[in-house]
Amino acid sequence: MTPGMVIVGAGECGARATLALREEGYDGPVTLIGAERHLPYERPPLSKDGMAAEAIGAKVIADAARLLEARIDLMLSSEVVRIDRNARTLALGGGRVIPYDKLLLATGARPRRLPMAEGIGGCVYLRTHDDAEAIRARLRPDAHVAIIGGGFIGLELAAAASMRGCRVTVLETQPRILMRGVPAEIADIIAEAHGRSGVVIRCGVSISEMTADDSTRAVSLVVDGARIEADLCIVGIGAVPNTEIASDSGLAVENGIRVDETMATSDPNIFAAGDCASFPLVIYGGRRVRLEAWRNAQEQGALAARNMLSKGEQHSAVPWFWSDQYDLSMQIAGLVDEGVTTVRREVGADAFILFHLAADGRLVAASGIGPGNAVARDIRLAEMLIARGAKPPGDKLAASDTKLKSLLAA
Amino acid sequence: MSEWIEACEVDDVDEEDVIRFDHAGKTFAIYRSPDDEFFATDGLCTHEKVHLADGLVMDDIIECPKHNGRFNYKTGAAKGAPVCVNLQTYPVKVESGKVLVQIG
Repeated sequence: MTPGMVIVGAGECGARATLALREEGYDGPVTLIGAERHLPYERPPLSKDGMAAEAIGAKVIADAARLLEARIDLMLSSEVVRIDRNARTLALGGGRVIPYDKLLLATGARPRRLPMAEGIGGCVYLRTHDDAEAIRARLRPDAHVAIIGGGFIGLELAAAASMRGCRVTVLETQPRILMRGVPAEIADIIAEAHGRSGVVIRCGVSISEMTADDSTRAVSLVVDGARIEADLCIVGIGAVPNTEIASDSGLAVENGIRVDETMATSDPNIFAAGDCASFPLVIYGGRRVRLEAWRNAQEQGALAARNMLSKGEQHSAVPWFWSDQYDLSMQIAGLVDEGVTTVRREVGADAFILFHLAADGRLVAASGIGPGNAVARDIRLAEMLIARGAKPPGDKLAASDTKLKSLLAA
Repeated sequence: MSEWIEACEVDDVDEEDVIRFDHAGKTFAIYRSPDDEFFATDGLCTHEKVHLADGLVMDDIIECPKHNGRFNYKTGAAKGAPVCVNLQTYPVKVESGKVLVQIG
């Protein structure tokens, strides 16, 4: 029997890839190796509605019965320590050796650690379901929660903690929240929502000291020279791709495991996808990026699976991500920093979309925010316009009474 | 007992579009196809209970506004990740400019 397909990483990307192999008709062995003890589950709720709810729950991507039916050999709580590319084998932490024909690395990313917080037990990070459970247990009413980092994880957790009755302070060293990839106009709406909920957001701060009380796990911070006491400190300052087993085996790494448009690494038998991979975005002239996004993980996992079966398909998806905070939902299609001019479109009374256009008039990104899913449909249409390199007239984009769908036909 | 419930006027729904219809504590989605036929399904995505009426209709597909789960709204068939559970569909008829849905 052939060794078959092996996927390292049982998150969104790896799990979708295994299912996609079967959907494509692959009949050989498929092995899915995960570091966590849980069945593959969806991570987005961990910082959003799951964290705000009475219990986090788990949204499983594929339950045991479905994996069994798909004949997926699932190995949980397993760590891959080495790839032997010549022998085409993996070595697991326990010493077991797994052969492969084609290998997919969907190893994801881990929270970037704050050096100052090393050894401080009251300082926590969020990546996994277990992390979320530990944080959730400490979001007691009236607890003071300090959150370091005004990015999506920090702000979504701030909203959830506030809804749980905690007092929340967000500390951001940059001049504003969501500096990376989100327009200021949208960041302002999010900041106002936090303000209404009583969350204090402090930007441009410098944190000079952090100490802990080991018995209570309370954390004491010195921020701009003044002391802040927190019952819990959550650090959300970005993520670092898990590239070590790739680089140790000599695969090219460049802000992530380097892959081409087909998700192949520098070794044609090894693919990488999702948070751990850096890839060329064809729609932006091959600009190399690494995306930490749920939909990207899905799409790249499925694409890598098809190309492990030699379909030779190129990546063509437009980056897309969303954030939920309170009753607001933000969606962004494309990369905002590709745009040089912006056109604003109102969507009803309290929602809007910004269209980001390149110098030659191409629509390169769209970002929107509003209650519920107010902007979802138009962002989706914008995504289609971006994908086809459309140059829609600015006055049409701005006019609320012009249906975006009509621009697709143009 | 199933009965025909008036959901909306024909003109309330654009071609290749969808609206939300709430009735007796349940929420439904009413579709008008590009070839001017009407259809009805449960109103919430089977993935995460999101209102499909905020989603995009393209040909015979409704796409969830949140996570791009896709369904054929004529048959209810789920069209791949992240959705794997089909949508319930309901019979629809048009009478004197009104869209009626049979909710059983």
